[in-house]
Amino acid sequence: MTLFSPRLAARLDALVEKYPLRRSALVPMLLYAQDEIGYISDAVVAEVAQRIGITELDVRNVATYYSMLRFKPAGKYNVQVCTNISCMLRGGYEIYERFKEELGIGHKGVTPDGLFSLEEVECIGVCCWAPAIQVNYDFHDELKPDLVPGIIDGYRGKAVAEAPHA
Amino acid sequence: MPRLVSHPDEVKIVTRRFGMGAADIERYIELGGYASAKRCLQQGADWIINEMKASNLRGRGGAGFPAGMKWSFVPKQSAKPKYVLVNGDESEPGTCKDHLIFLHDPHAVIEGTIIAGLAIGAKVGFIYLRGEYRYLLEIMEKAVADAYARGFLGKNIFGSDTEFQVITQTGAGAYEVGEESALMESLEGKRGVPRIKPPFPAVVGLYGGPTVINNAETIATVPHVIEMGAAAYAAVGSERNGGTRLFGISGHVERPGVYELPMGYNLKKMIYEVAGGIRGGRKLKAVVPGGSSTPVLLPEEIDIGMDFDQVGKAGSMLGSGGVVVIDDQTCIVEFALRTISFYQHESCGWCIPCREGTDWIKKSLTRFHAGFGEAKDIDNIQYLAENMMGRTFCPLGDAAAMPTLGFVKKFRKEFEDHLNGKPCPFAKHVDLAVV
Amino acid sequence: MADVTFIVDGKKLTAPAGTLLIDACRKAGIEIPAFCYYPGLSLQAACRMCVVRQEKVGKLQTACTTTVAEGQVFITESAEIAQARKATIELLLGNHPLDCPVCDAGGECELQDMTFKYGAGESLYTEAKQHREEQQWSPAVYYDRPRCILCYRCTRMCGEGMDVWALGVQNRGVRSVIAPNGGGQAGQSNSELDCEQCGMCIDVCPVGALTSGSYRYKTRPWEMNHVSTVCTHCADGCKVTLGVRQVNDGSEIVRADNRDKSGINGDFLCAKGRFGFDFVDSPERLTKPLVRNEAGDLEPATWEHALRVAATKLKEVRENKGGAAIGVIGSNQTTNEENYLLQKFARTVLNTNNIDHERTADYAAFASALAGHPGKAASLREAATAPAILLIGGNPTEEHPLLAWNLRTNVRLNRARLYIANSGEIKLERQATAVQHLSDDGYPALGAYLDLSNSAFSKAVLAEASLLVIFGQEYRGAQVASLVEWGLKRASVRFAYLGDYANSRGAADMGLLPNLLPGYVPVAEPGAFDAEYVGLSATAGKTQPEMFDAAAKGELGALLVMGANPVAKLGIDLIALNNTFVIVQDIFLTETAALADVVLPAASLYEKTGTVTNTYGDVQLTRKAADRAGVKPDFEILVRLAEAMDADVKRLVPFGKACTTADLGQSRGANSGEADRHSVWLAANSLEWKMSPFDPLAVLDEIERLVPGYALDRTNLFGGNDVATEPGFVPVSALAGPDLVVPAHDGLFTSGTLGRYSPALKALAQYQAAEVVETAVE
Ligand SMILES: Cc1cc2nc3c(=O)[nH]c(=O)nc-3n(C[C@H](O)[C@H](O)[C@H](O)COP(=O)(O)O)c2cc1C
Ligand code: SF4
Ligand code: FES
Repeated sequence: MTLFSPRLAARLDALVEKYPLRRSALVPMLLYAQDEIGYISDAVVAEVAQRIGITELDVRNVATYYSMLRFKPAGKYNVQVCTNISCMLRGGYEIYERFKEELGIGHKGVTPDGLFSLEEVECIGVCCWAPAIQVNYDFHDELKPDLVPGIIDGYRGKAVAEAPHA
Repeated sequence: MPRLVSHPDEVKIVTRRFGMGAADIERYIELGGYASAKRCLQQGADWIINEMKASNLRGRGGAGFPAGMKWSFVPKQSAKPKYVLVNGDESEPGTCKDHLIFLHDPHAVIEGTIIAGLAIGAKVGFIYLRGEYRYLLEIMEKAVADAYARGFLGKNIFGSDTEFQVITQTGAGAYEVGEESALMESLEGKRGVPRIKPPFPAVVGLYGGPTVINNAETIATVPHVIEMGAAAYAAVGSERNGGTRLFGISGHVERPGVYELPMGYNLKKMIYEVAGGIRGGRKLKAVVPGGSSTPVLLPEEIDIGMDFDQVGKAGSMLGSGGVVVIDDQTCIVEFALRTISFYQHESCGWCIPCREGTDWIKKSLTRFHAGFGEAKDIDNIQYLAENMMGRTFCPLGDAAAMPTLGFVKKFRKEFEDHLNGKPCPFAKHVDLAVV
Repeated sequence: MADVTFIVDGKKLTAPAGTLLIDACRKAGIEIPAFCYYPGLSLQAACRMCVVRQEKVGKLQTACTTTVAEGQVFITESAEIAQARKATIELLLGNHPLDCPVCDAGGECELQDMTFKYGAGESLYTEAKQHREEQQWSPAVYYDRPRCILCYRCTRMCGEGMDVWALGVQNRGVRSVIAPNGGGQAGQSNSELDCEQCGMCIDVCPVGALTSGSYRYKTRPWEMNHVSTVCTHCADGCKVTLGVRQVNDGSEIVRADNRDKSGINGDFLCAKGRFGFDFVDSPERLTKPLVRNEAGDLEPATWEHALRVAATKLKEVRENKGGAAIGVIGSNQTTNEENYLLQKFARTVLNTNNIDHERTADYAAFASALAGHPGKAASLREAATAPAILLIGGNPTEEHPLLAWNLRTNVRLNRARLYIANSGEIKLERQATAVQHLSDDGYPALGAYLDLSNSAFSKAVLAEASLLVIFGQEYRGAQVASLVEWGLKRASVRFAYLGDYANSRGAADMGLLPNLLPGYVPVAEPGAFDAEYVGLSATAGKTQPEMFDAAAKGELGALLVMGANPVAKLGIDLIALNNTFVIVQDIFLTETAALADVVLPAASLYEKTGTVTNTYGDVQLTRKAADRAGVKPDFEILVRLAEAMDADVKRLVPFGKACTTADLGQSRGANSGEADRHSVWLAANSLEWKMSPFDPLAVLDEIERLVPGYALDRTNLFGGNDVATEPGFVPVSALAGPDLVVPAHDGLFTSGTLGRYSPALKALAQYQAAEVVETAVE
């Protein structure tokens, strides 16, 4: 029995064999599980513990260390706005404020429709193309506040396109 | 897609193939790829290490340790398997050079890893990317798969009887995991808490085996050093600082970007000529020369060559080569606060001075910047930072304390202005969210 | 490793190369402060309190990770170092509640001490402290997060020390917390702790972050007297320090721990030792003698009356039916002195050899097997040092927690090789070098298997140059002999034999056996006892079951039971004792006491002085810690009973010999703390101390003189150390009837009849049972 889709389950089966020690699969496994389930639920902790062969406590000890891993559901599109120094100098906070305004949520908030969540994050490694954000794993760089509504609309459209009945 | 920039002063060695489609293995080979690895396979470990020593290539991760020397510390005989570990955690604010390498030239990283493996007698290399770099991880994974398919990796690399495997790994959001021993812990599936040293990784590293850890740029440079010859490479740079470096210039400049310039290139020229000067014709206020951990330099302090020794002499550090340029409209207190907030967020929490020190400096600065400061706060912040320096378990504590000390010492007046012109004379972002 | 010489604060020190600087300094009396360093656990270098300056080294170095080498020079106290430590404390105090006056650890808090020492009294911060609600993790363990300084002692103690791994560190940076394993996410108050509930984490916590469910907020540390004695539960016999406070009807125990980490158990104490002392305060304690009245009910009586009734009846039976019509059953939890006195009383006053106890191991067979082979019996301490151990049968983790701790520690710190042969799976296999599973009846053949099988397990065991063989109750009678014989073929072998209860070994050693005198001397060949014991019969008496058979047949006129509950243990039919006059000395109205004609309320082991012998033969001193009005130690009860029977008390207890005029108890009350302390002092100074007939130590002299193997090192014994006995036994034939051995199989939270009266142990057992169910459901 697994929580995961057959594809992810197969990927995780392979993952533990990839390293000299199974345990090395722990961090990627948690991240991939989160990508599919949306967050690290108690059930994810339990299955990951069992797949790696360690205790659930051990999984939690590790999982809670990494800031990309979350323990509550986020929006379908998790908007992560960098406000670290390079981005801040070029208007990172203005971008962040604009997202707050447009989405009507604050740090770690989720929109009522569950489509978006917002997070102020540390440097995401695109400092020379600041200010920048990441929506899930997609980067958007050299932003201006006025580009924000367009980005949001883009993802709204994507959500509609991906909806099962569409 | 990050924009590529260029400038006539650039010496394109590591960035030679950027923008040329070299992520494709065929294209990479066309552009001379994997020839260095094959050559090293023939020449043997001692030759490689001598070349690396002669090249004066110093680690690009921050500390600038000579790569050849690091490799030579690995014992020849070892009961446990040896490993190469490529540090692509790239999380130091102001730094985004490895990003471009993974994007444009992933095979250079693989080739460099193979060469490092040959040099120390390792059969396995790991390439660790920060979790945010998922699309880059996918590029790397494809490159690795292609290299396997071509027989460049595997049991018999390039048809020899030498084995070399490459394993990619992703992080999940943690700056501290860039520290080499915390990186090994993370790769072993643990919390990113650094290890006690000694023993050093070259002796007891990943899974207990001798391990060489290098920054991704360092590793990507290696094939080029072999290709052009150690002496030629060394000659590009300055004394004891071989070759070029990928300088990421960000902040208030006209043309931010990653430029490949010779080691020792003048910082002032870098800002005013290469990066086009201060944005909007404003005045320069300060420069953070090597990523957020490095102490700030004043405009009068930037007429220096950008190499490990010269920046060190100027009282700061070359660090990761991330030059952050700050104009005169910027509140230094806010900048200091944003910097310490980062370290507070990223401190692993293992040791008291860093865990508590970053938190108290952040708290004090938050209040101070919001207009509730007292004169004694300035001394207190300095006192806290001074008492963190050199006392923490790993260098992150220093990385947090050093810039703080720099800001307080060099911009004390601006701190005092916050007391007089409450809250912030620049009237910006006084209600900083607590990340 | 070779010794090296180095200089610390101008003093030349010598230590083996590679010793940690902090250990070398502490040994030399140079104190180096540390929160995270804890001897024997993995190194952390996290608290940065132990910083010192090493000559020619740029940064301050942590003494807890610096290993000494020839010629090094260190400074451990200077303005710079003091400032570094002060700054660290200031940082900790930033968030740490400064409510020491009401904190449970106030007065014994390492942070408080360090704050005092380094003068970090001023608050540097104006920001508010973060408050978090305290969490209860289990009946035993509470966590107060703001107090936690993240020294990681608890997580390591639980993981490395206990091999339980129930505590972890979660989150990162300043948000880091210690988190328990039993469900609930980090930082949430529903967090539960699913573990062995040993409380070791509480013990090692340097501040008041982890507190004990049984002790918290009861008292201030300085209001307690701290008395070190021996745990009354399992047969390992941990030294335990009882925190005692005066109350109206005596003194009460408020806490048990092993504060000074001295004695046989060093750091260790299990749940029973730590929390299971509360039976002494049970409302069910007997505090008045009871005598059965005409109506057949037990009715409170005075001591004089109860003793008179009992003595009269005993005398009557002895005179009319002879001593053979009296049975005596002794205890596994009373002291050696009491056990010795009980059998002497039986044999010389009641004139009977019908004396027995609940046997949990065949110690007599062990003694017989080792007879003539001196130096082959192992102390419990050896389990922590022996390079190779063969552990046969049993489950030490549950039944011998200290043994399990020693074995784990030995494997972890000394890389000892542990070989396990067992018919079941036991937790210690995680530490084992090799494991051999046996069939349930495979134990007797193990020796032959090892010699002949040529299996990897056998080869590994046989290849060991020395071996500590630890075996349990699976072996009895001839099997013990053959296992010992197998071992004795080897050059370097030592044995330990596992039984149950605090003084089972002492009961057997002290001759609570129908055919053997103290030291396993056969009644038929009493040797030195012949001259001392007037009226000793040379024929073996009845075993416990035989006594009850006799009672059922109406042939047992009287039965004296001291601190035992045979009716429940043997499942005796209630009517079997209808025609027997039963006298019971006990602390509770057990199933046996409920049938008695006279019940005499006894003091528990925590309320009296004496010695006990653990299952390895290590003797330790118990000290009177608590006091309960109305009860008397079994020793005193026996003396008074003898006196009421007009026996010559001076013959029974050799007290008050020549030149003694001092009053050491009579007028102040026997067994009062003062008398005890005084007698200890006298003993330590080699002076006469046996001055009162109620002084239990008065018979220790006689035990030492008459009981083979009990020549004790008194200085160590009275200094609170364990003293090994040498079973240089005279050859005896093993007891017939190995089936008389009934192992108790107590677990972590049970302790025979006694455990039923401990609310703390019952709560832990219930809690853990629920955790197990929860885990199963998941
Ligand atoms: C807190 C901290 C974070 C670091 N982060 C990185 C990083 O993200 N990438 C990196 O290459 N090195 C990082 N380093 C430096 C590494 O510890 C190590 O020195 C480096 O990877 C060695 O490679 P090099 O010799 O090629 O520079 C970090 C060091 C510290 C103390
Ligand atoms: S200095 Fe200490 S708390 Fe900070 S990251 Fe390093 S080990 Fe962790
Ligand atoms: S500062 Fe925003 S990406 Fe580096």
